[in-house]
Amino acid sequence: MSTTNQNPAVEKAAEKAARPAGPRRIAPPRVLPEALPFWEAAKAGRLLVKRCADCGETHYYPRDICPHCLSANTGWVESKGQGTIYSYSTMGKEEARYTLAYVTLDEGVTMLTNLVDCDPAALAIGQRVQVAFKPSDGGYPVAMFTPA
Amino acid sequence: MSLNGQAYIVGAYEHPTRKADDLSVVRLHADVAKGALEDAGLSKDDIDGYFCAGDAPGLGTTTIAEYLGLKLRHVDSTECGGSAPILHVAHAAEAIAAGRCNVALITLAGRPRAAGAALALKSPDPDAPEVQFELPFGPATQNLYGMVAKRHMYEFGTTSEQLAWIKVAASHHAQHNPHAMLRNVVTVEDVVNSPMVSDPLHRLDCCVMSDGGGALIVARPEIAKQLKRPLVKVRGTGEAPKHAAGGKIDLTWSAAKWSGAAAFAEAGVTPADIKYASLYDSFTITVLMQLEDLGFCKKGEGGRFVQDGGLISGVGKLPFNTDGGGLCNNHPANRGGVTKVIEAVRQLRGEAHPAVQVPNCDIALANGIGGALASRHTAATLILERV
Repeated sequence: MSTTNQNPAVEKAAEKAARPAGPRRIAPPRVLPEALPFWEAAKAGRLLVKRCADCGETHYYPRDICPHCLSANTGWVESKGQGTIYSYSTMGKEEARYTLAYVTLDEGVTMLTNLVDCDPAALAIGQRVQVAFKPSDGGYPVAMFTPA
Repeated sequence: MSLNGQAYIVGAYEHPTRKADDLSVVRLHADVAKGALEDAGLSKDDIDGYFCAGDAPGLGTTTIAEYLGLKLRHVDSTECGGSAPILHVAHAAEAIAAGRCNVALITLAGRPRAAGAALALKSPDPDAPEVQFELPFGPATQNLYGMVAKRHMYEFGTTSEQLAWIKVAASHHAQHNPHAMLRNVVTVEDVVNSPMVSDPLHRLDCCVMSDGGGALIVARPEIAKQLKRPLVKVRGTGEAPKHAAGGKIDLTWSAAKWSGAAAFAEAGVTPADIKYASLYDSFTITVLMQLEDLGFCKKGEGGRFVQDGGLISGVGKLPFNTDGGGLCNNHPANRGGVTKVIEAVRQLRGEAHPAVQVPNCDIALANGIGGALASRHTAATLILERV
């Protein structure tokens, strides 16, 4: 492959990514009022989702108003913290490498997360995972997942 | 109200720059506006409608109108990311049909490369409710699209080699475009051996990052017929957002399924009638998804459709992105929508490069995906006809 057929911006970014950058910084969640109970529960190591008392649907990300029927009659439900990998992708180098994923919880909703404490090369779609809360940079802990 | 035949694209212009060190964002918008007016044979005072999206600085429509000295009676700054200009063509046709304007200008421009911010996404809006549930996990454009590609491979057996064929086809076209950022023809091996960016997407599965922009002029039929340019009629339009649906995530299809169905219905044609397609190519997987969702092949068969040169002009079933697309030519302001329409117009006018010009190109399609396939995006589909 000729070196002229490169994208300079991607190349620059790739060089930057190739340098050991130290561990990835986990941005602290900027909490909106309606999600405060979710984050307080996370601090206690509990993963919450929302369920609508009117239509019975579970939803994520959690919100006051049910996205399925617009009822305001939504309540918090504790997830067992177990699910399966829906998809994932690993980027970055060395310590800064991380795996973005969608995990489908046994409660039926799929959430964006990271897969941690594992070899990304050994992961597979459909694999069972369980929640592992990790500290964010100066904020609430966030729900990541690790192979069960 | 059907928009079929309500308006024509009479002007199209792509800025030649790919790195705008000495040009401001507003100057780029002005350059492309002037270029499109000249292409149409119209003057500034003919414009009475103006359309732009989030790439325009300041107050968008107001800021650009002031800089260019436009006197307008209709503006629309619908923002849906890279698909916006494709959607703006439909909205312009709608405004023309409703008598709100006669000649609409659409611009897109930016300089992320010169600004050194090519990879820096705008800092997320703290009021956007999903940000607290996503930002801590590091969603970037590359890994979001990586997850779509990985799921497609899992569901349908699509391979990296098949995805690579999309880049190979784009590079075959780009070699003829003197303005393209990447003009070298690449092979499947080049693509799959390029460094992994976010698995399973390699560096050569990703679009370029470039400065520049483009503009379009949409006019009512009576005006279009008085001009000297070939007639390019708006025949079908569609737009649709798709989102995370409260956690009911399905990455196997895009909103192009909805926008495409609407556009084909309005146009009264089928995918078999399309001679040329401009497909949004932020990544190779983006193209594959649109081919399936627009109905050029069945769901899951995109890999087989593109392999062995399926998208190469003169070789394959469906010539696509004959300017080299976002993968090789241009992705100005990190938004590929306007260049998609511009190349479709070139093809319909018979003004594409002779090496990639589709013979008797009478019906063409342009499709955009604005946002991210894996989380939330808006698709816009446009079907154009040379009359």
